[in-house]
Amino acid sequence: MTPLLATAVPTQLVRLSPIDIVIVVFYFALVLSIGWYLKGRANTGEDFFMAGREMTAWVAGLSFLSANLGALELMGWAGSAYQYGILATHWYWIGAIPAMLFLALVMMPFYYISKTHSVPGYLKLRFGESSRALSAVSFALMTVLMSGVNMFAMAKVMQIVLGWDINFSIWVSSLTVAVYVTLGGLRSAIFNEVLQFFLIWAGALLIPILGLYEAGGWSQLKLRIAERASAQYVHLWSGLGSFTTNPMGIHWTGIVFGLGAVISMGYWTTDFLVVQRILAAKDMRSAEMAPIIGAGFKMFVPIIVILPGLLGLAVLPMKLVPESVAAATGGHSYNDVLPLMLARYCGPGLLGLGVTALIAGFMSGMAGNVSAFTTVWTYDLYRPFFNSQGTDHHYVNMGRWTTVIGVLISVGTAYLVMQFASIMDYVQALFSFFIAPLFGTVVLGMLWKRATGPGGFWGLLSGTLCSISMWTWVKVDPRALRYVALSPNAKGLAQDMYQALWSFLLCVVVTVVVSLATKPMTERQLTGLVYGLTEVPAIGDVPLLEKPVFWAAVVLVIFVVLNLIFW
Amino acid sequence: MVSIWFFIGISLAVNGVLILGAGIYQLLDPPANPGVVLFQLHANVWWGAALLVFGLIYCVRFAPKPKA
Repeated sequence: MTPLLATAVPTQLVRLSPIDIVIVVFYFALVLSIGWYLKGRANTGEDFFMAGREMTAWVAGLSFLSANLGALELMGWAGSAYQYGILATHWYWIGAIPAMLFLALVMMPFYYISKTHSVPGYLKLRFGESSRALSAVSFALMTVLMSGVNMFAMAKVMQIVLGWDINFSIWVSSLTVAVYVTLGGLRSAIFNEVLQFFLIWAGALLIPILGLYEAGGWSQLKLRIAERASAQYVHLWSGLGSFTTNPMGIHWTGIVFGLGAVISMGYWTTDFLVVQRILAAKDMRSAEMAPIIGAGFKMFVPIIVILPGLLGLAVLPMKLVPESVAAATGGHSYNDVLPLMLARYCGPGLLGLGVTALIAGFMSGMAGNVSAFTTVWTYDLYRPFFNSQGTDHHYVNMGRWTTVIGVLISVGTAYLVMQFASIMDYVQALFSFFIAPLFGTVVLGMLWKRATGPGGFWGLLSGTLCSISMWTWVKVDPRALRYVALSPNAKGLAQDMYQALWSFLLCVVVTVVVSLATKPMTERQLTGLVYGLTEVPAIGDVPLLEKPVFWAAVVLVIFVVLNLIFW
Repeated sequence: MVSIWFFIGISLAVNGVLILGAGIYQLLDPPANPGVVLFQLHANVWWGAALLVFGLIYCVRFAPKPKA
């Protein structure tokens, strides 16, 4: 994830008219109304933490995608597109689609059939309490801190873009999120994420439409980018044969194996924030279709994220610079490209909708983090280790209080980041430490009967420690990058990918070695949790158009065609 | 239960009305300095109209059914 903030704010980028403010206020009123409306349907644990497990494929799928589609993502990746060109699209295509389809067709049956409420919950069933505890503690810490980081980033963006006071932004958004998640639980968070998905398209789609009109179409856009930057900025794969022939300084092996095979798999299949939305699906078919629906829409998100970044490169009169340079000179950073394009094309009303889309993105990101934190804390830490005898009503109350406390911790983190900006880098690094080894542990658990409890725990721990060690090594001695990322020319994103790849491989090796050296688990212990011992309900005699595997194939074909078109 | 699609319809329809209204106002009384590129396309008129139509379709299609 790219850093987003400038520390000096010379002038705000846009000014809201009264109609824009009405649109923003209406959004807040609507999300609070939804939370209030749903409060009567969040009184049991299953309702509060798992949305009653009755979400349709479309709701679960759009929520699954939206949980990832926060404003930091939108603005950060538009900035990355300005900086690196179309290569940023890899994080939406090879860095998401194969993983989402793998989740749908291979992993979802095991998550769903086990009836677990969380990813740490699955680890407890498969490998035991120690793996659950390690995963739950790291996830809980990571997600509540990320919520705070997102909260601060939103407040900073609102200050830069709109000139709003940081405290106002932090408190208004956090109180709104606290209210609607406390009232309506996961169902409220999911409803608002689906709403956010529509608002983002409604608010942001006009930018590429008008931008392409101004640029003279895609061919003219490519010519302008070639003049202002480089022809390589519009090629997805042809410049990846060497570390030095593309703007990102990465080799195709890093994209395919680091990003495609490990980081994206780790994130999309084990990050509980997104997986929780699928676990709330009403039946197995919906649980399998939801990530496929998400993947279908994910492929087109570059239209509203990457294309504005490329258009900014072609049409903006000013040159955007790195964050640090912008802070020192008062110029505009790469991450300002989306708000600048909003301001360029969107008059009264449209601007308000665009800003609302950004606010909605931030707030649903916070709500997603807080609802996931609440579930993991209550079911994976509080219940097993502090109070296993509580009633369902007790745990729901714990969930409501944890929501409030989680929001307050996030606010505290936001203020801490305000004082020490580097905390943001550390929190984001924290996320990257766990995700790749966790994928190794979960996928081995699902596909290999011989994986044992100690194998799972030591694999997860060693992979995590490996990630931390490599990150620390490069931090202390930047020359270490030539070993970690196989090239001294590798940039930050390349380092993340190779770091993920090595930690995943170590996790797998340690899991296999320790498992083979320890007593196998019995079939009775593994029933319903692993391939070969899990009876997946047959979909039955349904038409081809109703089979998840058919739609997965359609999405895969479109994915391949898009990569070829933009080669 | 009121479905999420109905809430989305409300959101799009209300935003559509507001944006369309702002667009028609600017069409009838153009500002001296519009401040945006491609003002002459009047994007807020047709985009606002599109949101309104989309929103109304959702509201009608997913309107809560009266209890029997």
